[in-house]
Amino acid sequence: MALGELHNEERELQHFQLRIAFAGVVVLIAFGLLVTRFGYLQIVQHTYYKTRAEDNRISVVPVQPSRGLVQDRNGVVLARNFAAYTLEITPKLVPDVDATITELASIVNIEQRDRRRFKRLSDESRGSDSIPIRTKLSDEEVARFAANKFRFPGVDIRARLFREYPLGLVASHVIGYIGRISGKDLEKLGEGSKLAEYRGADHIGRTGLEAAYETELRGTVGSAQVEIDAGGRAVRTLESTPAVAGNNLILTLDIRLQEIAERAFGDFRGALVAIEPDTGGVLAFVSKPGFDPNLFIDGIDPQNWEALNNSPDRPLNNRALAGTYPPGSTFKPFMAVAGLQLGKRTPEFSIADSGSFGLPGVNHRWRDWKLSGHGTVNLHRSIVISCDTYYYGLGNDLGIDSIHNFIGRFGFGQLTGIDVPGEKPGLLPSQAWKQARYNQKWYAGDTISVSIGQGYNLATPLQLAQATAILANNGVVYKPHLVRHVQDPNTGTSRAIEPAPERTVALDPRWVELVKKAMVDVTKPGGTAAAAGLNAGYLWGGKTGTAQVVAIKQGEKYDEARVAERHRDHALFVAFAPADKPRIALAILVENGGHGSSTAAPIARTVVDYFLLGKVPANMPDLNPDAGDGD
Amino acid sequence: MRNLIRVAGQRLVVNIDGSLMLLVSLIIGLGLVTLYSATKETPARFNAQLVNISTGLVAMWIAAQVPQKLLERLAVPAYVIGLVLLIGVAFAGDIVNGARRWLNLGFTRIQPSEIMKIAIPLALAWFFNRAEGTARTREFIVAALLLVVPVALIMKQPDLGTAMLVSAAGFYAIFLAGLSWRVILTLGGIGAASIPFIWPLLHDYQRRRISMFLDPTQDPLGAGYHTIQSTIAVGSGGVLGKGWLNGTQTHLEFIPERHTDFIFAVVSEEFGLVGNVVLVILYISLITRGMVIASNAATTFSRLLAGSLVLSFFTYAFVNMGMVSGILPVVGVPLPFVSYGGTALVTLFIGIGILMSLTRRRALSRT
Repeated sequence: MALGELHNEERELQHFQLRIAFAGVVVLIAFGLLVTRFGYLQIVQHTYYKTRAEDNRISVVPVQPSRGLVQDRNGVVLARNFAAYTLEITPKLVPDVDATITELASIVNIEQRDRRRFKRLSDESRGSDSIPIRTKLSDEEVARFAANKFRFPGVDIRARLFREYPLGLVASHVIGYIGRISGKDLEKLGEGSKLAEYRGADHIGRTGLEAAYETELRGTVGSAQVEIDAGGRAVRTLESTPAVAGNNLILTLDIRLQEIAERAFGDFRGALVAIEPDTGGVLAFVSKPGFDPNLFIDGIDPQNWEALNNSPDRPLNNRALAGTYPPGSTFKPFMAVAGLQLGKRTPEFSIADSGSFGLPGVNHRWRDWKLSGHGTVNLHRSIVISCDTYYYGLGNDLGIDSIHNFIGRFGFGQLTGIDVPGEKPGLLPSQAWKQARYNQKWYAGDTISVSIGQGYNLATPLQLAQATAILANNGVVYKPHLVRHVQDPNTGTSRAIEPAPERTVALDPRWVELVKKAMVDVTKPGGTAAAAGLNAGYLWGGKTGTAQVVAIKQGEKYDEARVAERHRDHALFVAFAPADKPRIALAILVENGGHGSSTAAPIARTVVDYFLLGKVPANMPDLNPDAGDGD
Repeated sequence: MRNLIRVAGQRLVVNIDGSLMLLVSLIIGLGLVTLYSATKETPARFNAQLVNISTGLVAMWIAAQVPQKLLERLAVPAYVIGLVLLIGVAFAGDIVNGARRWLNLGFTRIQPSEIMKIAIPLALAWFFNRAEGTARTREFIVAALLLVVPVALIMKQPDLGTAMLVSAAGFYAIFLAGLSWRVILTLGGIGAASIPFIWPLLHDYQRRRISMFLDPTQDPLGAGYHTIQSTIAVGSGGVLGKGWLNGTQTHLEFIPERHTDFIFAVVSEEFGLVGNVVLVILYISLITRGMVIASNAATTFSRLLAGSLVLSFFTYAFVNMGMVSGILPVVGVPLPFVSYGGTALVTLFIGIGILMSLTRRRALSRT
C-alpha cells in the first residue's frame, strides 16, 4: 500500500469522523428538542392536558328522579311512572336528520305522527338535546336497533321513566299533565332563577295538579359521572349522586265518585264540583268533555293537538274553575240569606206575585219565568218554587252594593284559592265595578237581573259549590283543595294538609236553617227538583237554576225546542247532603242542558246516591282502577 | 459435555455485540411492557409480537454472521431485487387502504419498500466504496439517481413515511461520503423553494395530514384527531405517568393505532416524562454505540453502511416521537423496537445484525 494512499485513507477517515460527529450533534439537538417538548407538555401544560383527558373520559349524565305518584283518597293511582325504551336522536350529531329517520324507519316502526312530533320537539328544544323519535319500543324493536346501532351515530336507545295516567280521560282536568321542557319554559325558569333546579330534567308539570304541585312531585335530579370510551359507550360509573324521588300526592278526590259523576253527564258538556263542607276537600271535580292527558307526555303530535284545540266542545277548557256562567236561580238562596240577615225580609213577609215586576218610573217589566205568577209567595216558597218576582223586589230593596258586599262573603266574584291553577274569579258586580269597567252609572234596573243570578252576574261551578258548602257549613269557610297528604316515598312519612277554617260568614242560625229547610223542600214534591228527589231515602237540599245563553227579547216566549242546541239555556243545580249534617256540597252546570230540574238535578241525585248510599248506577260498568292501562 | 455447551454458547454469541444487544434488549423490554398495556384488550397481538421478536432475533443473528465481503457482494443484488419488486408493486401490487404497497408473491405478501430501507444504505455504501477516495460530483449525481428512482416509486404507492425514511437513509450515506456543504445548503434551499410546486402533486390525504399538522384543531374529530388525542395523552401523563395499565386515553380507545405507530403515546401517558427520558436515553445510547462502530469501521463501505443505518434508527425514533407529541406531521413511521408489527421489526433487527457484523470486521482486521 502506497504511503499516499494510506495518507488519503487517514484523511478520509478523519473527514468521515467529522461528519459523524456533526451528525451526533444533530442527533443530540433533535432529542433535546423532543425532551423539551415532553417537558412542556408534561410539566408546563400538564394540568391543561390532564383536564382534557378527564373531559374525554368523564361524562356527567343526569339521573332522572321518579316523579311522585298521584292517588285518590282511597289509594287508587291516578298518575304513575313506568320504564320504557325510547329511540332518541341527537340532531347535533346527525348530519342529515331526515335521511336518518327514513333509514331508521326500515328497522323500527315510525309513523308520520312520530315524525311530526319529532319536528315539533326539535323546533322547541335546546340545541344539544336528544329528542325521541319513537317511544315505548317493543323488545323486538330494541333488539333490532341494537343490532344496527353502528349504522346510526347520534341515535341511541334510552331507558326512560314515562308518566302514565292509567284512567285516561277520568279527572284529566284535575290531574293535568306533564310535558317536555321547551325553550320557552327554560326562559321562564330562567327569569325565576329556577334554572339550576331543572338542569338535566326533561319534563315539567303543565296543567292541573301536575303543574300546581310541580315542586313536590318533581324530585331532585341526580347525576352520575360515567367513564366513557372513545365511542361514547359508558364503561363504568365513577361517582353518582342519586336522584331523589318526588313526593306522592294523596288527594281528597274519590275517583269512583268522580267517574260516576262524569258518566252521569252522558254526552252533555258541563262541570261538577263536589266539596266536603267541613274540610274544603274536593270530592269530585268534573269538566266535560275531558281529554286523554297521556297524549301530552312526550309532546302531543300536531294532529291530535289540532283536534283538541279546535274542537267546538273545547275539551281542554277546565270549565269547573275557568268557565264563568250566570248562576241563575242557584243565586237565590244566597239572596234569601242576605235579605234575612240584613233585615230586609222576615220569614213571614210575602208578596202577591202577578208574574212580573216593575220599577217606578221605568217602562220595563221584569217577568217571572211563570207568566201567570205564583200568587202569594213568602221566603220559603220563593226558594221551593224559584219565584223570580220575589227576588226582583228583594234585590231592589237590598241595592247592588249590599248584594255585592254580603254575598261576596260566600266567595262570589273572587278566587276560591283552590290548589289547581287556572281559576277565574267570575263577577259579582257593584256600582264601583260598573263605573270602573264601563264608566257608567249603575241603574236600579241593573240590580233586578243580578238578583236572580243573571245580568252581570258570573260564577264558576267551583264558586257555586264553594258557596253552597259555606251555606251548608253554617258560614264556616274552608278553602277548597284537592291534596290531602303529601307523602315522601323515601321515608314513608306523609304530611297532611290540614284544613283550617279560613274565616266565618256571620250568619244567624235561624236564617240558615230557614233557607236550608227551603232547599230541602226543593227536592220534595212541590219543589222544582221534586222529580230528582223522588224516593231518595235521605233528606238533602238543592236549588235548580237556568242560565240564559241568548237574551230573550221583551215579550218573546222562550221555546226550548226551537232554539238551536248551542243556544239552549245552561242547566244548573246546587245541592248539599245529608240535610242535617252535610257531608257533601256540590254544584253542577250542564251546558245547553235546558232546565236545571231536568238535566242537572238528576246528575246530583246520582252522585249523592253513590256518596251516601254507595248506590252504583245500573248502566255503570265495574270500575277498574287500572282502566285505560293500554300496556 | 459442559464444555460442549460452553463452546456452543460461545459460537452463538461470537459475533454478537454485547452493548448493542443490551440496549436493544432494554428497549424491547420497555416496548413489551408498553405493548402489553396497549393490547390488553387484544392479547393475541402481544403474543404475535413475541413471535415477531424471535424472528427478528434470528434474522439479526444471521445478519451478524455475514462477512463484510459477502455484504458487499449482496449490495447490488439486494438493490436490483428491491427495485424490481417496487416496479412490480407499481403494476401489480395489492391495494390496501387506498395505497398500493404490497406485492403478493403467491406464498407470502411482502412490502418491497421495506427492503429498500436496508438495500439503499448497502447499495450506496457499495457505490462510494468502489469509487474510494475519488468521490466527485459525477459520483454524487449517480448516487442521487440510485436513491431517487426507488424513492419516487415508493412515493407513488403512495407511502410518504417510508419514502421519507428511505431517502433519509440514502441522504445520510451521501452526506457521510462527503457531499460538500455548499451543495447540501443549495439543495436545501431549492427544496424549500419548491414546496409550493410539490404541494399540488401530493395526494389529498397527504395534504390533509400536513395542514392538520399545522393546525390540528381544524378538524378535531377527523384528520386532526390523532394528533390531538396523542398530545393529550402525552401531556396528561405528567412527570411520573398514570401508571402501567392505567392510561385512560389508551384504555378507553381515544388513541387510534395505539399499539403500532402511536404506541409512544402509551409510554408517555403511563410512564410520564420519566419513561420518555429513559427511552430517549436508550435510543441515544444505541445510536452512540452505532456511531462508534461506524467511526471504527475499516472500510468506506462499512463506515457508510454503519453510519447510514444508525442515523436511520435515529430518524425512525425522532420522527415517531415528534409526531406523537405533535411537533411533526403524522406519517406512518413505527417506533423502533417498540411498535407492534413484523416486517418493520425484522428490518430493524437485520440492521442491528449488520452493525454487529461490521464490528467484527474491525476487530478481525486489527489482529
